[in-house]
Amino acid sequence: MSVNVRIPTILRTYTGGQAEVTAEGGTLADVLADLEKNHTGIGARVLDDQGKLRRFVNVYVNDDDVRFASGLETPTPDGAGVSIIPAVAGGC
Amino acid sequence: MAVQTIASATGIDLGPAAALSCRECGHRVPLGPVFACEECFGPLEVAYDLPAGSPQELKDKIAAGPQSIWRYAPLLPVPADVAAKPNLNPGFTRLIQADRLAADLGVDAGNLYVKDDSGNPTHSFKDRVVAIALEAARAFGFTTLSCSSTGNLAGAVGAAAARAGLRSCVFIPYDLEQGKVIMAAVYGGDVVGIEGTYDDVNRFCSELIGDPIGEGWGFTNVNLRPYYAEGSKTLAYEICEQLGWQLPDNLIIPVASGSQLTKIDKGLKELIKLGLVEDKPYKIFGAQAEGCSPVSSAYKDGHDVVRPVRPDTIAKSLAIGNPADGPYVLDITRRTGGAVEDVNDEQVVDAIKQLARTEGVFAETAGGVTFGVLKKLVEDGRISPSETTVAINTGDGLKTLDAVAPTTGPTATIRPNLDSFREAGLA
Repeated sequence: MSVNVRIPTILRTYTGGQAEVTAEGGTLADVLADLEKNHTGIGARVLDDQGKLRRFVNVYVNDDDVRFASGLETPTPDGAGVSIIPAVAGGC
Repeated sequence: MAVQTIASATGIDLGPAAALSCRECGHRVPLGPVFACEECFGPLEVAYDLPAGSPQELKDKIAAGPQSIWRYAPLLPVPADVAAKPNLNPGFTRLIQADRLAADLGVDAGNLYVKDDSGNPTHSFKDRVVAIALEAARAFGFTTLSCSSTGNLAGAVGAAAARAGLRSCVFIPYDLEQGKVIMAAVYGGDVVGIEGTYDDVNRFCSELIGDPIGEGWGFTNVNLRPYYAEGSKTLAYEICEQLGWQLPDNLIIPVASGSQLTKIDKGLKELIKLGLVEDKPYKIFGAQAEGCSPVSSAYKDGHDVVRPVRPDTIAKSLAIGNPADGPYVLDITRRTGGAVEDVNDEQVVDAIKQLARTEGVFAETAGGVTFGVLKKLVEDGRISPSETTVAINTGDGLKTLDAVAPTTGPTATIRPNLDSFREAGLA
């Protein structure tokens, strides 16, 4: 299954400057593994030493924050959009 | 010093700001419009070359400065001549000795203070942070000032951009209180409602920044966030200066993203390091609304990570379900012996009215959360009546009239004669 992944500015050094790339995989974990295969180094930026999502990274599959879904096991249907976004703040 | 070399190499003059440093891994980068660490995604914050000289010399310099946050310019990422530039000159708001509220709550007279930030130019603490972000925007040559906002920030950005002659375009959840929407729009910039929650707005802005459309845009709380967030330190500076250069025993601070609480702690630590206040223990308490209390829940459950929630509360300025600085709030409240607590919407409204009734301060819902939590902490003994406590009101109640309107109104409507007044039982 092929999905479109939006790459944040700070990770574009790994994608040759591309803001969006395609990746294969039926779950977010698979998609991230495929990203790492084609863009070596990107995986360690998104996942920590234990293989979990870093705490200051937000990942969305289509419009859903994967923390509200199944985390790395969230299904990524064919044609889905995956966004990787650094956590930001507002309010107090 | 190596750090100075990094800053000067960029040609950016932001006063004592030397570089950006990752709060998680310590990785340093030159001053620039970046907010996340390229190594670990951690938040970047400003690292300083703090001023040399004796504490008394610095106190004298501050005392001789303007009645605004710019009196603390030597401790902020701004050029030395910042006060002469067109900006809103926010800050130096009242610190009110709240003896009538203290009596109501059972706190000893003289020990309770309200830091009333509704007195800022656009009636919330956001003018502090935006004023700092504006200087960074000027330094980096941005022509549009923008933000994702729960309302107060949108107004502060619109006003600051108008005064500075920049374009503004702000993004808010579509269902904000009318007062905040109008206040954001009246300054003439673009105001865009997004169909979603604040967290959706934030996500949209993060994507906009990475797109060519966002070229030349300074998002106060996204790509300018390291600078913007430093503005909250001025609350710590002012509170201590207004207490006669003393640390309070307890501080109650509202928590949405957790940025304000985190930076107030940073400000207190700087004052101790510079010798401007005597080092002694202080407790920091965070306040959340029950309908959006991810940090309070994590605190109570003993977790050090914050699980995001979908907000449902009248305290919309605190309705951030995925608080970026939540882990730091947990660290700080635990380190200082404080806590994170929450109150429900009814307690929020009661607290707004209690503060208004006793001290003549009309707080917005975020203030209601803070003072509701204060009440709870005093009642259950976590705040001692004999200790000095400062609670922060971050915004003006006129912005959230809907919260109190159903239970607040005229006592009576009468004909214009004395009999009518007597009949109403008011004579």
